[in-house]
Amino acid sequence: MFRYTAERIFQSLVVLLVLSFAVYGLIGLMPGDPIDLMIQSDPNLSQADAQRLKAIHGLDRPLFERYGAWLGNAVQGDFGYSRNHSQPAIDVIGSRIGSTGLLLGLSLILALAIAVPVGVYAALHPYSKTDYAVNLACFAGISVPPFWLALLFIILFAVVLGWLPAGGMETVGDGGLLDRIQHLILPVVTLTIASVGDFTRFMRASMLQTLRQDFIRTARAKGLSMTRVVTGHALRNALLPMVTIVALSFGRLFSGALITETMFAWHGMGKMIYDAILGNDYNLALIGLMFATALTLIGNFLADIGYVWLDPRVSLSDRGRGA
Amino acid sequence: MLRIANGLTIAALLFLGAPAAAKDTLVIGISQFPRNFNPNIESMLAKSYILAMARRPFVVYDADWKLRCMLCTELPDLKKGTAKIETTADGKKGLAVTYTIRPDATWGDGVPVTTKDVLFTWKVGRDKRSGFSNIEPYERVTSIDVHDDKKFTVHVSKFTCDYRTRYSLGVLPAHIEAKSFADPAQYRIKSAYETDTTNPGLWYGPYRVTEVASGSHVVLEQNPTWWGKKPAFKKVIVKAIEKTSALSANLLAGDIDYIAGELGLTVDEALAFAPRAKRKFDTVYKSGLIYEHIDLNLDNPILKDRRVRRALLYAIDREAISQQLFQGHQPVAHGQTNPLDTVYDPNAPKYPYDLKKARTLLIEAGWTDIRGGIRHNAKGERLQLDLMTTAGNKSRELIQQVLQSQWRQAGIDIRIRNEPARVFFGETVSRRKFRHMAMYAWISAPEGVPRSTLHSTMIPGPDNGWSGQNYPGLANKAMDKALDDAETVCEDKPNRAIWSDLQRIYAEELPALPLYFRANPFILPKWLKGVKPTGHQFSTSLWIEDWRVAK
Repeated sequence: MFRYTAERIFQSLVVLLVLSFAVYGLIGLMPGDPIDLMIQSDPNLSQADAQRLKAIHGLDRPLFERYGAWLGNAVQGDFGYSRNHSQPAIDVIGSRIGSTGLLLGLSLILALAIAVPVGVYAALHPYSKTDYAVNLACFAGISVPPFWLALLFIILFAVVLGWLPAGGMETVGDGGLLDRIQHLILPVVTLTIASVGDFTRFMRASMLQTLRQDFIRTARAKGLSMTRVVTGHALRNALLPMVTIVALSFGRLFSGALITETMFAWHGMGKMIYDAILGNDYNLALIGLMFATALTLIGNFLADIGYVWLDPRVSLSDRGRGA
Repeated sequence: MLRIANGLTIAALLFLGAPAAAKDTLVIGISQFPRNFNPNIESMLAKSYILAMARRPFVVYDADWKLRCMLCTELPDLKKGTAKIETTADGKKGLAVTYTIRPDATWGDGVPVTTKDVLFTWKVGRDKRSGFSNIEPYERVTSIDVHDDKKFTVHVSKFTCDYRTRYSLGVLPAHIEAKSFADPAQYRIKSAYETDTTNPGLWYGPYRVTEVASGSHVVLEQNPTWWGKKPAFKKVIVKAIEKTSALSANLLAGDIDYIAGELGLTVDEALAFAPRAKRKFDTVYKSGLIYEHIDLNLDNPILKDRRVRRALLYAIDREAISQQLFQGHQPVAHGQTNPLDTVYDPNAPKYPYDLKKARTLLIEAGWTDIRGGIRHNAKGERLQLDLMTTAGNKSRELIQQVLQSQWRQAGIDIRIRNEPARVFFGETVSRRKFRHMAMYAWISAPEGVPRSTLHSTMIPGPDNGWSGQNYPGLANKAMDKALDDAETVCEDKPNRAIWSDLQRIYAEELPALPLYFRANPFILPKWLKGVKPTGHQFSTSLWIEDWRVAK
């Protein structure tokens, strides 16, 4: 277990290093930089000003040199200064991790809490009216663009009914627990709807497949009740592919969070990374994307641990030895 | 789907409550959040808008496009002797401009605004490491004579007619910022405007910044040391909501009171929103100095011919475009000088829609043979032009299609090639890589001499390190002279004559096809009065003390 964990950590560090270089290079290869774009909106800015500002921000140096300098500082814990926020990049990201974590965590928990029982129920009653209804709802959830759903919710619940706030993370000057919860509801529900359809479909398919296995038939032949068969035998096996799907969905949840965060003016990581990339805010974009990657890698690692828990046949120590 | 959303929005209006009662707090919605708060580091509309409530420049253009003092007591004037032409040490024509700071002007912590602050600001501004975006005015200042705590004279190395606004420095509080400037290279990071934004001593407007939630909102509260008219609202909250659809939904939900025109909805969005919200909101459209146009690449053999350029303009019905797409709220531009500008000449040549004239000019230019509806010249070359703009800009893409169809009537084949704004501005336009036509907008200032966009020394190229913004490549001696003179001949009559020349040459040469002046829609609740859209770079929020709740 220890060796396996150490190997995974080493692999993750290599991935993060390669990613940091790729991201830095890709942002650098984008045509124009913030100073070029600044000229378009400031009639007083001269080309001499632009050259001077590029030098101040280090944009006049070759890409490799800039990356080398960044890496050298990053290794020492200095992740640089965010140009978009006029604050140290680490401070900016620190203030956003919590809000995105809350949004993603709650929506993931809610999505799984709905998807697993509904998927199992649909699999146990295949091609019934309920199954068709579940499928229809799933496809609707998958097909509806999150931005449209968000707008619809704002109009319905904030404008028409006036039950919930239209956006933001808290009422300025309030910020109490109830107020924060009210601000969370619409973004969490939007993000949940965007992912629950997929999860339910996977759960249903996985359960259906498991129920066709010989060991289920054997369990039934032994006289076990359907409830016992499902909870004691089928569910654990059916959850295995779900673990992979959930682990891999971290990245996708981030992209969903970008749209949700933009629509609900929720100040989280997704929006911050997007703005940082567009604004050539290298330091912030890098640390943001590396954090997202680290999260996905951690998700995968946890999924591997989850396999062991769910399936006794899987052993991490064997995998660690390359078995 | 959007129609359903629109339908729901209409339904929403039926449920809206009564107009707001007496309000202490005004919540303004804008679509951008400032990247920083130092007034001199980077020019950004969102920042200007917010800071206008908490700081006041020396000199501004008001809503009637007239110059007026805000921090000073009197406008410097050559006639009154508060501005004097002088000879510089190297024998050039320089200038001395005298300002007097208002005697009652104090920072939010009670420290008076004095000449010490002016000297400190100059010191920071002329240091190339400070990160100020535009340091030219600071570099032009050769010395500052301090007469007393409030009166000072700025000596500058170059005489230009815009002296009253050019040296209106964005004054910084020396008693706070001197410490941040200990290491000039670190100033942009360590400035108290970034590290201690809510320090009252940084502000001297009717409001001061009391809370900043990065990316979300800024709270401003009344400044007890403000010397002017007391504002009506105790607190102003400026909320940044980037998606304009969410911005308008927030307005309907009552989470914000007002959408600022400077940074809010586009005209097409406002046109869709206004009829549905007219019970509670007034929409005021104010066109201004954002000049939408099509740059023509004058190096191109087809566009080198002035007759072709004129034919292109005659062949498009800009009035109909303005009426059909923008209900006339974005007025047709006949040149780059806005009719609201005092230097505008209404007699400059104009090109009303005249398809017959366009065809005649094209025939004269040798495009006589029409095959498949498209003109060809004697060499058999097809009259085909590329029209580029920023991909994803709905208004421009719509206009492009209308123009394509109108030019087709004259036998001109238009190929639309759009690029993301980043590529378009960062590479295609700035490196003059567009083959024929590039559609975008310029932002100017009242009485601003368009040297960087029209002077022949401003044509970007490898020889000058791609500096300058004369992207069409106009090289015209008469235009160069007019631009030089417009900067230095300041007496009213000759100055107006030069500006008339400048506008005439522009219209005759047509380095760009003028389209229209973009309008900003202000979505105002019916109870909010006193907001006067300006149409230029000075925000409405500079006069926030005049805003009030209707009785």
